[in-house]
Amino acid sequence: MTAPLLEVRGLKTVFHALDGAWPAVDGVDLVVRRGEVLGLVGESGSGKSVTGFSLVQLIDAPGEVIAGDVLFNGEDLRLASGERLRSLRGDRIAMIFQDPLMTLNPVLSIGEQMCEAILEHRDCSRQDALNAAAKALSRVGISSPETRLKQFPHEFSGGMRQRVAIATALLNEPDLIIADEPTTALDVTIQSQILYEVQKLSRESGTAILWITHDLAVVAELADRVAVMYAGRIVETGPVDDILDHPLHPYTLGLLNSSAATINPGERLKQIDGAAPRIDSRPSGCPFRPRCERVLPSCAEEDPMPQIRGERIFRCHNPVPHGEAS
Amino acid sequence: MTEPFFELRGVKKHYRGKSTFAERILAAAGRGAPPRTLRAVDGVDLTVTRGEVLGLVGESGCGKSTLARIATGILKPSSGEVVYDRQPVAALKGKERLDFLLKVQMIFQDPYASLNPRMRVSRIVGEALSVHRLLPKNEIDAAVDKALTEVGLDLAYRDRYPHQFSGGQRQRIGIARALVVKPDFLVCDEPVSALDVSIQAQVINLFMDVRERYGLTYLFVSHDLGIVRHISDRVAIMYLGRIVEIGSAAAIFAEPAHPYSAALIKASPSATRRKHQFQPLTGELPSPLAPPSGCPFHPRCDRAMSVCREVRPVLTEIAPGRSAACHLHTSPESA
Repeated sequence: MTAPLLEVRGLKTVFHALDGAWPAVDGVDLVVRRGEVLGLVGESGSGKSVTGFSLVQLIDAPGEVIAGDVLFNGEDLRLASGERLRSLRGDRIAMIFQDPLMTLNPVLSIGEQMCEAILEHRDCSRQDALNAAAKALSRVGISSPETRLKQFPHEFSGGMRQRVAIATALLNEPDLIIADEPTTALDVTIQSQILYEVQKLSRESGTAILWITHDLAVVAELADRVAVMYAGRIVETGPVDDILDHPLHPYTLGLLNSSAATINPGERLKQIDGAAPRIDSRPSGCPFRPRCERVLPSCAEEDPMPQIRGERIFRCHNPVPHGEAS
Repeated sequence: MTEPFFELRGVKKHYRGKSTFAERILAAAGRGAPPRTLRAVDGVDLTVTRGEVLGLVGESGCGKSTLARIATGILKPSSGEVVYDRQPVAALKGKERLDFLLKVQMIFQDPYASLNPRMRVSRIVGEALSVHRLLPKNEIDAAVDKALTEVGLDLAYRDRYPHQFSGGQRQRIGIARALVVKPDFLVCDEPVSALDVSIQAQVINLFMDVRERYGLTYLFVSHDLGIVRHISDRVAIMYLGRIVEIGSAAAIFAEPAHPYSAALIKASPSATRRKHQFQPLTGELPSPLAPPSGCPFHPRCDRAMSVCREVRPVLTEIAPGRSAACHLHTSPESA
């Protein structure tokens, strides 16, 4: 395999509060290789979005990245200067956020905003930048791009806006795109259009994608590898088929069984009881312990350390045996 | 048990756009365009039989939530009839109308917006009982406790406020509030969309448990085909204010008759498909202010024929219990 494009080791991001510093991201290790799609899956509050923001050093007070290495092409982004980070963001690393209405400036035309992203990183004329922007728009399936460039965000529908955000991310042909729930707010037919563009992009230009989502089904269809997050840590990671067909961590198994697709219509869904722990009241040992069906006495005492099995890494004292994935 | 229990007959809900000053002057001069009308629901006939779960599916803006609100009596249809237990709802008065409003309860999408933040849980759940004097004062507490237990909430929480609960728990409070007045018919508008996957499963299971316990009938509105397939006996698929296909859930998911149903099913992700080659449906939902001529789906349809651009297909029975509004199934050209 090729050298990793992005390697994250022991990333820890805390949020400072009056009564202490609470870890939203609690020792995350991640590897994204060139041209690969890594799906980062987790429920609300699992720390998946904070992980994405931490990678590009976009955490503001009261949040703080307090430990870990973020190696992008071998360069540690935690040590990089503000200027260096600005030259990387939007150029080598692009981000796509969940809500395009919040990330597009409502008082600037689409063309203005897209040109800005090009001129910030490249030495070219405004006209060249506009041409590049028009090309990027037609690439994500927006018709008559020249007219569209003159329009403002409110003249676009939600799906169109998200396509503009994706086109902007593509402008400088980044090496890595970090996409945080980019299709969650969209209808399935629009989601399918966007996933089609993303797939094509990753195949044609070798862009690596970190796709952050709560939707295991999207990850199943899109990703090469999957990382499952729970309570600030990655509990299981590996190739998509291995993880979904033979999950090792009971939480992954629970997530799969909760989805209606895995069971006959009308039967009771296999639910995970309880709810994810709040950041300030995580249990000792394994954080999934109170909801786990396979809990052992040792789970309360000892935090399970990452174990490697082939291409997979998991953190569990009592992993699901092979063939019990139903 | 197959008596029609709840019926919508030719229900329409149209909204008039406000005309601008210039438009009003032109209209006064006799040169104005006709006022713009948004046809949110444009002629829906729907029958729900007692004890069934009818799933209602469609994309944002197709009118499914408007239809749900008409069904519960929150909105009045512009034309058409809502019939409950063989009685037209519009004609109900006084006690009979109140009975209808209590027998048909709604579960809302957003468990944050649908609970009064300044009321304790016990009062939220018990309010209808005391306002309508359904029970003597001294029996209300017991009824509230029973409803809370039923939905799996700890009675220690009965005096808390909504903000002290998670999304899943709030949705349980909403269900308890509906159950406490002993309804027959629950209209659920995207009741689990705002919840995490593991919590969704808990709430879906709860819906199925209370249905069995009380023999409830559901109109279950959702954009999530996976959930609709799981919970529904029959499914209706809506596009631009009309039903384009209706039939048993098993039949529609196995072999959708309308190209739009097929596209929706194909676009909806599933954990059982891997490294899927996405094939986009072209275009977007057209504006309901300016729906396309003929079949409203024709600009996005890969099987559109010339007739589709001119003639709007009507919902026609294509097999027992199965109807579709598509020329592929009615026109002689389709052979």
